[in-house]
Amino acid sequence: MNESRTADAGALVEFYRRMVLIRKFELTADQMYKRAKIGGYCHLNLGEEASVVGLMDALRPTDYLFTNYRDHGYALMRGMDTGKVMAELFGKTTGVSKGRGGSMHMFDTSTRMLGGYGIVGGQIPPATGAALALTYRGAPGPDAEAVMCQMGDGTTNIGAFHESLNLAAVWSLPIVYVVINNRLGMGTTVEKAAGEPELYKRGASYRIPGVRADGDDVLAVRQAVTDALDQARTQRRPALLELMSYRLRGHSVVDPARYRSAADVETAQEADPVPALRAQLIADGTLTEKQADAIETEMEEQVAAAVAFADAGPDPTPDQLFDYAYATPVPNAPTALPGERMVVLP
Amino acid sequence: MSAEADKTKLVTYRQALNDTLRSEMSRDEKVILLGEEIGIFEGSYKITAGLLSEFGPERVRDTPIAEEGFVGAAIGAAMLGMRPVVEIMTLNFSLIAIDQIVNHAAKIYGMFGGQQSVPLVIRMPGGGGQQLAATHSQNLEVWYAHVPGLKVVAPSTPADAKALLLAAIRDDDPVIFLENLALYNTKGEVPPGDTPGEIGRAAVVKEGTDLSVITYSRATTIAVEVARQMAQEGISVEVVDLRSLRPLDRPTICASVRKTGRAVVLEDDWLSYGIGAEISATLMEGAFDYLDAPVRRVAAAEVPLPYAKPLERRALPDAVDLRRVILELLDDTSFRS
Repeated sequence: MNESRTADAGALVEFYRRMVLIRKFELTADQMYKRAKIGGYCHLNLGEEASVVGLMDALRPTDYLFTNYRDHGYALMRGMDTGKVMAELFGKTTGVSKGRGGSMHMFDTSTRMLGGYGIVGGQIPPATGAALALTYRGAPGPDAEAVMCQMGDGTTNIGAFHESLNLAAVWSLPIVYVVINNRLGMGTTVEKAAGEPELYKRGASYRIPGVRADGDDVLAVRQAVTDALDQARTQRRPALLELMSYRLRGHSVVDPARYRSAADVETAQEADPVPALRAQLIADGTLTEKQADAIETEMEEQVAAAVAFADAGPDPTPDQLFDYAYATPVPNAPTALPGERMVVLP
Repeated sequence: MSAEADKTKLVTYRQALNDTLRSEMSRDEKVILLGEEIGIFEGSYKITAGLLSEFGPERVRDTPIAEEGFVGAAIGAAMLGMRPVVEIMTLNFSLIAIDQIVNHAAKIYGMFGGQQSVPLVIRMPGGGGQQLAATHSQNLEVWYAHVPGLKVVAPSTPADAKALLLAAIRDDDPVIFLENLALYNTKGEVPPGDTPGEIGRAAVVKEGTDLSVITYSRATTIAVEVARQMAQEGISVEVVDLRSLRPLDRPTICASVRKTGRAVVLEDDWLSYGIGAEISATLMEGAFDYLDAPVRRVAAAEVPLPYAKPLERRALPDAVDLRRVILELLDDTSFRS
């Protein structure tokens, strides 16, 4: 076990806090959805907390992140304000995307999270292009910027994945593709969907090295992605990282996941990284039960404050409908509301 | 500027594009070109001739055959401050990239609350008439003109090709820049300087009083020629070149038809749901009381375009079709009695 595989007790406690924040945030999002405070689709990171925290700890503020639609935890760990992320779910103007995007579309230029994306695989070509842009900025090296592109296991079957990996290989781009393999693409198993179900091997066609790591182990995740990012920074070589994980719940909040066997659900619950890390920290004497409980309470309070912030934020008003029609204004841009005339007679 | 540089030059549409790409790449190092065979091959239609040797392979970047991949990559590069100009070999192949164009380029600025613009240009030629058969001859401009978040231009002359390409490259939004295979060798006067055109504005390219022909791209050249011939017969045809399909310059279209009272749309796309349908609806709103007769549309026959020349020729609208419809409309409104 090398140096970065281990962590001091303080660091592990901090990782635990972050994982608990995501857990509490997502459980609250689930409740808020059921109270109709949140609309549309809502995909939760429940069960993926160790992966999210490990990945985001390794990513530097100067790096860029593109993710899929299961993006709340990434937004939080990237440093977006908890209240603003909840406000986005509530569709408020105080949301990170000003209420225009919702659950699937967290975006913040200042933390360089350039989007959660709702179309499966849609984020991969733009992420690859972001890495291309970095090659015009400066030389490779330990301080160079890099791009991380996160996706789910089902995404590795779509053309955009393969076209992008090929581009990253032929252009030598500083990008790490991260596949969260939670073993189910909605209700379809990886084995049923992928000709090569060991997904990290799918980079082989493009001579992109692949690594599989335990997504439930925050330190293993951090180690694996740090190595991959280093390679991207210093050698401008793309990498493919597969993190083995479990989704604790359905595909989205409205999915009861009846396609899962009782055994599968049990396995997922046994692997649940949040109670596992808590138990570990208590067992090795790093935390007392009371201290662990205090962390949970503190994170619950932070999420409750986020809900209060989101609730207090203003709804957008219809007069703001066309505010972001174009970045460069041009004449004759249509601004008719339903039933209104496009042409105004003199 | 030297006296030579001040002069208007007679150049082809192709040369106007090539000159403009060169001058914009010289002006702004963030401007990069991406596309299939644009480098050593100099472009399928030679629009990028000479640019690889002048700017190098990083700024004139050949891509694999992967439209979804490289169009999406251009989006991401644009998000980080580059100003990519993508060439898709023909409009037909853009369908492979349509998820990136419609679901991503068009959405990123608005969907993320105006935080990030996508200054991207996608150049591509459409058009039939080259015996390329059904999959290589399409005019799918309405597919893109339908989508909020995109800007769509379709210049008809070398001067407009230059002016609108300048505008497109300097615009912070994704611009679909529609060329036409039949226009590349056409010649026209191109003014010096680098004043961009205005996206969202049509132009009255020939003034007239009896009837308005509303058109764009290749069809404009037909309309102007027919208008010139009919002027000798005492018929005054006004030609409105849309230039911009999104936004559409409705005021200019309506003003023309309010003046002439008669309207024909000449379009290279298919009739149903086409550009002409939108123009007709616009005139219903903005010129209904001024129309002496219903709007007529001259569009492509609704078939997958055949290879055989007699069939291809008959399917595409031409000067004979336009002239016939103009005369019918004039007769319907007792113009010559």
